[in-house]
Amino acid sequence: MIEIIDLKKSFNVKVVLDGVDLAIEDGKTTVIIGRSGVGKSVLIKHIVGLLKPDSGKILVDGKDITKMGEREFTEVLKRFGMLFQGAALFDSMTVAGNVGFPLKEHTDLADKDIRGIVTEKLRRVGLVGVEDMMPADLSGGMKKRVGLARAIVMDPEIVLFDEPTTGLDPIMSDSIANLMSETQKALKTTYIAITHDIALTYKIADMVAMIYEGKIIEHGAVEEMKKNANPVLRQFLAGSAQGPIKVY
Amino acid sequence: MRELFERLGRMAVTAVTVTGNMFLILAQAVYFIFIPPYKLRNIVKQMEFVGVKSLFVVILTGSFTGMVLAMQSFNALKRFGAESLVGPTVALSMARELGPVLTALMVTGRAGSAMATELGTMRVTEQIDALYTMAINPVKYLITPRIVAGLSMLPILTVITDFVGVIGGYFVGVTLLNINPGVYIGRTVDFVNVDDIMYGVTKSFFFGLIITLVASYQGFYTTGGAEGVGRAATNAVVVGCVLILVSDYILTSIMF
Repeated sequence: MIEIIDLKKSFNVKVVLDGVDLAIEDGKTTVIIGRSGVGKSVLIKHIVGLLKPDSGKILVDGKDITKMGEREFTEVLKRFGMLFQGAALFDSMTVAGNVGFPLKEHTDLADKDIRGIVTEKLRRVGLVGVEDMMPADLSGGMKKRVGLARAIVMDPEIVLFDEPTTGLDPIMSDSIANLMSETQKALKTTYIAITHDIALTYKIADMVAMIYEGKIIEHGAVEEMKKNANPVLRQFLAGSAQGPIKVY
Repeated sequence: MRELFERLGRMAVTAVTVTGNMFLILAQAVYFIFIPPYKLRNIVKQMEFVGVKSLFVVILTGSFTGMVLAMQSFNALKRFGAESLVGPTVALSMARELGPVLTALMVTGRAGSAMATELGTMRVTEQIDALYTMAINPVKYLITPRIVAGLSMLPILTVITDFVGVIGGYFVGVTLLNINPGVYIGRTVDFVNVDDIMYGVTKSFFFGLIITLVASYQGFYTTGGAEGVGRAATNAVVVGCVLILVSDYILTSIMF
């Protein structure tokens, strides 16, 4: 279980996270929603240690990762996988090189065995025969799929998704949503996604949290959230310019 | 007035931050040289990139510099009737000064800018973040091999530059300026010793470190998208070249 307690982060004078409290349940998909620039990416980057908080705690199975030394945190990171917004595939490697990279770095598996696992993970995300292609030759949707295959190749306990459908057409977005849903159910992994895509949220979320003005203002099961009367949440879910959320 | 002091203060803070970060990155990169698992494949790849792929430009630069040096020194030495000293003049100039400095400047332009661009692109497309989230230290994976390549390849390239420079000088001196080949070689051997070559090689060792450290730093800390990548590449070349020339003076003063 991941618990975020009173997490604060500012960049110069701009307060981005102003005391975030959130508990993420194991084996479920939690979707963190909020407007662009509200601090969703900042929050997710704290969970994987890419940013250090000004104050607050992030507990993974009760241990505060913000206080860990590099070696201890490296072991924690091996339990994570992450799909970046632009997939962040290594340009210099083939698809197979990208997906098999964590296995090559962290295991003693033979190249042949790694290739087998890579092919299986690629098949799981709906890609066949792309092993020797370069990332530059892939479409946006294919890159995301390869990124997902790489994120799950080590069978992590927790997978984080940074805007998984941004930049994709609605059909490809739905396809990625289906894929996330299927892989989560099959692997029983904890999925944490940040997005402003409401269709994706409804499709994959078990739990939804909304971040607004540096805080989690609502958190609950997706069905509860649909009925929630909070005007900020209602406006966001409705995708309306009219309401308490200021449009700049 | 206050604005001026504020600007100076900001510049001072930036300078201290950049220097501090650069030394931190250097300390980490050197530390990881000795910590297994060793990234031999990456090191060899970078050695090829810095060394083998710079060979053509270095040979071209070295040979033409040696040829020009022979012509210019012949012109000057002829006035004292000392044309026989063209060989040692070319060889000493190449070994002690021009070989290491020109090699370093050429490698900065070719490999330094490419390194900064590659790392900068990796930074802005989150590839470096991806490495980190895969529990792989980006400094160990990306920067240590580059610094090892710089430290090992620059001395080799410098010796090659020295050699082709001397050959270029010999070609011009003997075939075009009609200096006796025996005199040319004999005088060169008389005046130039191994210490002169090692003097330049020692400098090149420092230059190799400067080129790769500056390029790695600029790329690794790139911000601001495509524009930032361009800025990183430019800075890698400009800062690298300036530091090479400044450190050349300092090293020459120390070893003179």
